[in-house]
Amino acid sequence: MVRRKKKLARDVAVIGAGMSHFGAFKEKDSRDLFVEAFQATLETIQKGFDPREIEAIYVGNLSGDCFEGQAHIAPLMAEWAGLNPKPAVRTEGACASSGIALREGIIAVASGLYDIVLVSGVEVMNKLTTARVTDTLAAASDALYEVPVGATFPSLYAQIATAHMAKYGTTEEQLMKIGIKNHANGALNPKAHFNVSIRDVMSSRIAKAKERGQPIPSWADEMEFLKDPSANPIVAWPMKLFDCSPITDGAACGILAAEEIARNFTDTPIHIIGTGQASDAQALHGREDIISLKAARIAAEQAYGMAGVTPGDIKLAEVHDCFTIAEVLATEDLGFFKPGEGPKAAEEGRTARDGEKPINTSGGLKAKGHPVGATGLGQVVEIWEQMIGHAGPRQVPGVNVALAHNVGASGSTVTVHIFERR
Amino acid sequence: MEEKEFTAASFYRLLDREKLMGSKCKKCGALLLPPRPLCGQCLGNEMEWFQFSGRGKLVSYSMVRVGTTYYEAKGYSRDNPYCWGVVQLDEGPRISALLQGVDPSHPDSIRIGQAVEVVFPDRGKEEGERNPVTFRFT
Repeated sequence: MVRRKKKLARDVAVIGAGMSHFGAFKEKDSRDLFVEAFQATLETIQKGFDPREIEAIYVGNLSGDCFEGQAHIAPLMAEWAGLNPKPAVRTEGACASSGIALREGIIAVASGLYDIVLVSGVEVMNKLTTARVTDTLAAASDALYEVPVGATFPSLYAQIATAHMAKYGTTEEQLMKIGIKNHANGALNPKAHFNVSIRDVMSSRIAKAKERGQPIPSWADEMEFLKDPSANPIVAWPMKLFDCSPITDGAACGILAAEEIARNFTDTPIHIIGTGQASDAQALHGREDIISLKAARIAAEQAYGMAGVTPGDIKLAEVHDCFTIAEVLATEDLGFFKPGEGPKAAEEGRTARDGEKPINTSGGLKAKGHPVGATGLGQVVEIWEQMIGHAGPRQVPGVNVALAHNVGASGSTVTVHIFERR
Repeated sequence: MEEKEFTAASFYRLLDREKLMGSKCKKCGALLLPPRPLCGQCLGNEMEWFQFSGRGKLVSYSMVRVGTTYYEAKGYSRDNPYCWGVVQLDEGPRISALLQGVDPSHPDSIRIGQAVEVVFPDRGKEEGERNPVTFRFT
């Protein structure tokens, strides 16, 4: 069988991207956050844009069904954004739901059927108790063979962590440093769920103890704070609270246009030069190995191949750090660091905002928040802002090539996209 | 063999009879655990039952302090964690299992690569409930 090199039938660009605030919003439902994200997106289109030019809508959503009692969410989001009767499609791939929405939108525009589409994601998780959120997310693993032994998402990634630790000597302290780095970035992101550094969290706990006349904790620094089980309790050993992304509500959108018309709307179109997606066994036990995500390696290979770039060309990446260990795997699977060297690279500051390979300048899922179905597009919003030079205090200079890596569940779905500013 | 279908229903019924069973592809000989009707290796669709020895080693593990509602209803909690892991059987395939015989408050007490074996504890399950695959340290 002869396989030609995969490429898009025509080129596609992002002409605008925006998000709602990410957080825990008692009084907001998915439609409200979607409208907020949609309006923020329209404001980013420099030359003005009539939303009625949007020809189709793709909405990533993991489980409006269980989280909000709302299935069939795509036409509803289209309705609240004033976009009926345009076709509206929900995409679901667990926490990669909107990475898939992005990819399906790209494929649709590249096919020539549409010139302009809205790609998006939305999730409202805080209407349920933590226990029921745990159940709803666990349903994205293998319901017949993982859930019955007590699998939860923190414990699935904990499996990966214990295996990585055994093979490479990765330490809990190295993982903590990834959380510290991502919170430091989130502190500079006004839309982040946790717009605070871990030092800020620590200082506010000390202030609160003083105010209440309680014994004052004696943490010398963030690492001591994170090593204190009263401040950073175990969720599923070795994953502790500050290794885990939060339960977040939020929405994010992007508008894609065929490259030949993109400059009608903006002087800074961001070209999508590579897209990849792969699947793997749903259960960890069904995979060849669990210290790396094969689907991520394959999706990355597809995206790099289409884009004609190498890991060394990537100036900035938003990767799927649902847990600190997941960021380690991402930086290894994407080829930024050799297998087993991710933790040391993070520890040495190589993935910090001012490092050689800035990772998760938005704060990542850890600090920006993880409204599961919206996360893939949330990553695109950061890449858009960085590439057009609107990232404010988080700005990394000269980002001409960037990458987004979005993982569904424990790695049975992965999408990778590569963007270029010309 | 009275269980004809290579399904989860058959797998858990056999487990209740103290047999850890998967399927074996008649075409390529691949061992598949859990059992399934189609071979992912060669796409062969003729299977036979295969009983695993139940001996293996630990690939990964975690002590869970925030569990699912099902496990919380069983009495597990922050103060009473449970432990599950991925086990590699001597015959090759891997399976997820609840782990017994460890103190879940002391994660350092076990290590990856340690020998484990399947056990069939009688947990007095309720109607419609499935006893999970369970292993213990040997």
